[in-house]
Amino acid sequence: MKLTHLQTLEAEAIHVMREVAAELEKPVLLFSGGKDSIVLLRLAEKAFRPARFPFPLMHVDTGHNFPEVIAFRDRRVAELGERLIVASVQESIDAGRVVEETGPRASRNRLQTTTLLDAIAEHGFDAAFGGARRDEERARAKERIMSFRDDFGGWDPKGQRPELWNIYNGRIRRGEHVRVFPLSNWTELDVWQYIATEGLEVPSIYYAHEREVFRRDGMLYAISPFVQLIDGEEPFVDSVRYRTVGDMSCTGAVRSTATALDDVVAEIAATEITERGETRADDRVSEAAMEDRKVAGYF
Amino acid sequence: MLATSSDLLRLATAGSVDDGKSTLIGRLLHDAKAILADQLDDLRGRDGELDLARLTDGLRAEREQGITIDVAYRYFATARRTFILADTPGHVQYTRNMVTGASTADLAIVLVDARNGVVEQTRRHAFIASLLGIPHIVVAVNKMDLVDWSEEVFDGVVRDVCAFRDQLPSVRDIAYVPISALRGDNVVEPSDEMPWYGGLPLLEHLETVAIAADRDTDELRFPVQYVIRDGASDYRGYAGQVAGGVLRPGDEVLVLPSERVTTVEGIDTYDGTLDEAFAPMSVTVRLADDLDVSRGDLICRPGDRPALARDLVADVCWMADAPLRPGGRYAIKHATHSARAIVDAIDDRVEVGALQREAGAAELALNDIGRVRLRTSKPLAFDAYARNRATGSFILIDEATNDTVGAGMIVAS
Repeated sequence: MKLTHLQTLEAEAIHVMREVAAELEKPVLLFSGGKDSIVLLRLAEKAFRPARFPFPLMHVDTGHNFPEVIAFRDRRVAELGERLIVASVQESIDAGRVVEETGPRASRNRLQTTTLLDAIAEHGFDAAFGGARRDEERARAKERIMSFRDDFGGWDPKGQRPELWNIYNGRIRRGEHVRVFPLSNWTELDVWQYIATEGLEVPSIYYAHEREVFRRDGMLYAISPFVQLIDGEEPFVDSVRYRTVGDMSCTGAVRSTATALDDVVAEIAATEITERGETRADDRVSEAAMEDRKVAGYF
Repeated sequence: MLATSSDLLRLATAGSVDDGKSTLIGRLLHDAKAILADQLDDLRGRDGELDLARLTDGLRAEREQGITIDVAYRYFATARRTFILADTPGHVQYTRNMVTGASTADLAIVLVDARNGVVEQTRRHAFIASLLGIPHIVVAVNKMDLVDWSEEVFDGVVRDVCAFRDQLPSVRDIAYVPISALRGDNVVEPSDEMPWYGGLPLLEHLETVAIAADRDTDELRFPVQYVIRDGASDYRGYAGQVAGGVLRPGDEVLVLPSERVTTVEGIDTYDGTLDEAFAPMSVTVRLADDLDVSRGDLICRPGDRPALARDLVADVCWMADAPLRPGGRYAIKHATHSARAIVDAIDDRVEVGALQREAGAAELALNDIGRVRLRTSKPLAFDAYARNRATGSFILIDEATNDTVGAGMIVAS
């Protein structure tokens, strides 16, 4: 009797989700349409079926998402028959809660934090499941599976609660919440292997396709209404795919001919660069870019 | 003994930059191709020198101070196994973080600087590994290049560790590997410099150490975590993660604390029903009789039940600034059960460096470990930690701050 490492990771993630459902009053699952949160949804099915999920799903929609991802999001939610809340960054801008960045490098990445925290407060959520993994980034490597957030939504990296065995401390006061990362111990390759094992659908942009792109800071960005070209940047068509799903303004594509799931898994297994290093401009701002954003309440 | 292994090995390392810990981890990850090009670039300081400590010290404060404070988790895989590495600090003032990283580990790497031999920190790390029930230890004798690859130096370390072997009761096996993390000798590749060493290089040992028989006892332990109900299909199942033994449909089982006996009707998962479930599987159990079963209950077999008691004795690692004292009241979380606990007495405090227990301690301060008597508000169904890590462990929570302040390993009732 033996479990594979993926089965072990799956069993642990299901345990985490059930702990949260049992101990917290009003959880929510953050679903972006990206590969990690797609896996979260399958784990939620495994944890709670044949019953409904004991929480709604929520997407923080920047308005700058890939249209393929939004279409996938809505289709997947309809298939599951669960409830989706869309928290809109555009509405936060319209309400004057945040101010849009300007210039060719403008991004709504940072603005999402306010929209997320406002939505958590508005709905009274006390736990938010996210698909973040510890292998993504070094500040995340230090984060707990159940990670406490104060009443400002902030993370205190030096004051984290010790987390031992599989015993989670989800005790909070009103106004505080926990972020919960059932995929903490999964790697990017684990996620893809799980997607393959489970036969999960992912948005088409994860597979190689022809797209009009331009090169900036060594990364390939999609031509879209949300970016302005700077002098010298020339659009061209290339065969690309995405390793992560974020805003069109700050998510880079990689050159690829991987059109099937097996090709993608093989590509990830052989990669020489991390997914965030390769495709996320938001992590390149400074050495502690992720830590700083997380302290402020980012995912 | 039941085998429920997976191809996943969890290991913990403890130490600081001085011990060559970061170099060793960097070497393992690098040679296992788990450090990618952009991360490698990131590890170069302004002068272009490779600084492997930056790999594990993920927080701004850690990089500023040049020390490991909190546990960092690292992931790598070889063709044979997948590894989760909990990298923990080595200094005594971060014992609680070491305990945290050790709590889930199957194997601990204890680093010894060949120049210094076995020192207090060696004994402390080995003791914590034993206390946390880690079955396998690797003593990695590092910096062998600085002692001329001396077999006598290595043998001396083996001898000194053997001298306190008796005080590591839960450690099943100890392997000794002479290495040079800096040069790579015996880390991934065998060393040409130490032909007298007949054992495996470190990574190969990690790939092959037998973990199959570790986790399980034959005793069925299923803490009920969550009740799944579906009105439409009139479904009612008890969800949880198997903590020991094997569960099969048709089994007669005992539910604690109600002491009711019933039969397992079925084991359900999203992927269909199962003929058997074992640790660490997450499943949903249907019972034949309509009993009052809820979260915090424990399902076992009538013939091998755990203790059911309100009094327990445990080794506690204290994790808060405010000390633990007799009379202190805390919330206790044990498996899926929550209750309140009061400290009846502190039996002793462990002088970890000397591996001695000293009676008469008035309190346990931050990072102290000691034997404590607790009384709980409700009976807990528990085993000794040495028998079952899941049903033998608990945490204490300060009800005023909600902080996790203690980690307990049950010795007896």
